[in-house]
Amino acid sequence: MNKEGYYGRFGGAFIPEILMSTLVQLKKEFYAAKNDPTFWQEYVSLMSSYSCRPTPLTFAENLTQHFDGAKIYIKREDLNHTGAHKANNVIGQGLLVKRMGKKRVIAETGAGQHGVATATMAAKFGFDCTIYMGEVDVERQRPNVFWMEQLGATVVPVKDGTRILKDAINEALRDWSTNMDSTHYVLGTACGAHPFPEMVTYFQSIIGKELKNQVLEKEGRLPDQIYACVGGGSNALGIFSEFLEDKQVELHGVEAGGKGLESGRHASRLSSRDGKIGVAQGYKTFFLQNEEGQMKETHSVAAGLDYVGVSPILSYLKESGRVIFHAATDNEVIEAVKLAMRKEGIIPALESAHAFAYAFKQAPKLSKAIILVINLSGRGDKDIFTIADALGDEDWKQFIKDKAKTYESH
Amino acid sequence: MNLTEYIKEKRIKKDLLFMAHLVCGFPDFQTNKEIIQIMVEMGVDIIELQIPFSEPIADGPTILKANQLSLMGGTKVKDCLDLMKEVSTQYSIPFLFMTYYNILFCRGIDIFCQETKKAGGKGLIIPDLPHEEGEDYLKSCQANGLSPILLMTVNSPPERLRKIAEAGNGFFYCVARRGVTGRKTQFSEETITFLKRCRQATELPLAVGLGISRREDFAFLQGKVDIAVIGSAILRVFEKGGLSALRNFLKEFQ
Ligand SMILES: Cc1ncc(COP(=O)(O)O)c(C=O)c1O
Repeated sequence: MNKEGYYGRFGGAFIPEILMSTLVQLKKEFYAAKNDPTFWQEYVSLMSSYSCRPTPLTFAENLTQHFDGAKIYIKREDLNHTGAHKANNVIGQGLLVKRMGKKRVIAETGAGQHGVATATMAAKFGFDCTIYMGEVDVERQRPNVFWMEQLGATVVPVKDGTRILKDAINEALRDWSTNMDSTHYVLGTACGAHPFPEMVTYFQSIIGKELKNQVLEKEGRLPDQIYACVGGGSNALGIFSEFLEDKQVELHGVEAGGKGLESGRHASRLSSRDGKIGVAQGYKTFFLQNEEGQMKETHSVAAGLDYVGVSPILSYLKESGRVIFHAATDNEVIEAVKLAMRKEGIIPALESAHAFAYAFKQAPKLSKAIILVINLSGRGDKDIFTIADALGDEDWKQFIKDKAKTYESH
Repeated sequence: MNLTEYIKEKRIKKDLLFMAHLVCGFPDFQTNKEIIQIMVEMGVDIIELQIPFSEPIADGPTILKANQLSLMGGTKVKDCLDLMKEVSTQYSIPFLFMTYYNILFCRGIDIFCQETKKAGGKGLIIPDLPHEEGEDYLKSCQANGLSPILLMTVNSPPERLRKIAEAGNGFFYCVARRGVTGRKTQFSEETITFLKRCRQATELPLAVGLGISRREDFAFLQGKVDIAVIGSAILRVFEKGGLSALRNFLKEFQ
């Protein structure tokens, strides 16, 4: 790394002056914690008693047989408390908030997973909590909004811009610019100004650390390929970071291909030709933007991948060639969800199903000697409305209609 | 005459200069020109033209909305440069661009600075570019004779203020409270102490902005700094009452 907070030419801290000393304080606290050997222990111990760590590594026997190619393992981040890898980051940052003595946390959320995880952490640690969420996401992820509110958080629907994840980040930054003395911004992914990409990756690296032990135990060697979906990049970096030096392990990131890369309606910053280097939301990376630098609308069936930017660390790893990026379309993702449910009794989140979709394409082409790991970043229960719609389930539609009627008659 | 000299000379006759802000292309460029004419007639000393950006993280709801509506109307950077060219030729007061770093970055920092210079702009305000990240930008400003106007804030510790003072030029934009544009600022003892700290850090002129909307704010700032900046309040007055309301509002500060 050349300049502090840079990964190659990506990263940095492009933040209003008013927040600079807050970032300095955060950096200080983060590095102090990182250098304190008891801190990681405290974190791991809390994750094992409050979340479900270590999460299992499941051998997907039926899928392996089905594809008759590579041996498929699934890293079960869906079994975390609140159902996704987001818990790792949130609990880690929560411990830092305690060290900093702040009493309020704010967060952005797309799918709502990070919002729910943050609200949970705030309830446990006794912090006030405000979650910013794009209005479009509030509509498509209502169950998560319900839970955040029940957990005691205030959910603010963001009505500006494209009304999705990036707009929620802007609004959270505005809140933080105002309330930094009392408040920590729990950024949900490995993006934003330094030290967030490094810090979020640090907490998520628990995934890869566990995986390394588990796969060595089961197979006596490292896997050949690892697949992870890429929204902002936190679950991907979480599972990849431990293997960066193990050059024999191929690392594959799968972005949201939406309606297809040619359609322009996608969120593929690294795997399409549409991504262009820019600076926004505090950092320099590949963004989906027009030639003047205005951010574009993105699209994905998975709210958590529907984002214009991507971790600067991943942009760097793309340029260095260490991680290879692909896209999976909405349709491929729905098919992958169906197959995972039927073959393994596992319901992947639509986000995670992107990694499944691409790995499923590769598996039959690979030899049986190949070991492949898919990061199941979260469980799909939260997506019941979207998945039911995508499957066109008539009984479900009738249930919703009947349910609506019971409210009308009240 | 450079920006600093202009301010110092104007200050001989006027206790507190008035810098006004508008968003290019909101509601449209024709109206921008009419607004600028009124501003000049009402004695505004410096005008800040904001080039709209889709992610304006330092702006509150009023300016944020104006950014979005302008972009929805199809505003391009070229249109803003054309506006700059026209008004800087027509009026003798200095005009600045305010925008976010990505606009410069995507156009090419040198190209943007050259174009701004050619259009008659005197300086730039880029609120999401701390000086540590702005090496290329600061060089390019210098090469093109533009003033890079940096922000000093209540949260910037003394040694940081000194570094900002070294890196910036023209004048400094002092942010007297936490938060984004729009919300009202309550001036206090803390403000006075802060402005003293800024004054100690630099000999160049100081401006105070964010949340200024009233005659009393000007009265408070008189004798403490050189320039008062009004942004969101102007937009709000205009949106509510149009050009005539804007004229009456600006008159209060003459
Ligand atoms: C289950 C799940 N997976 C993946 C993501 C994408 O985020 P990241 O790329 O940071 O892992 C999200 C985001 O909300 C998510 O909820």
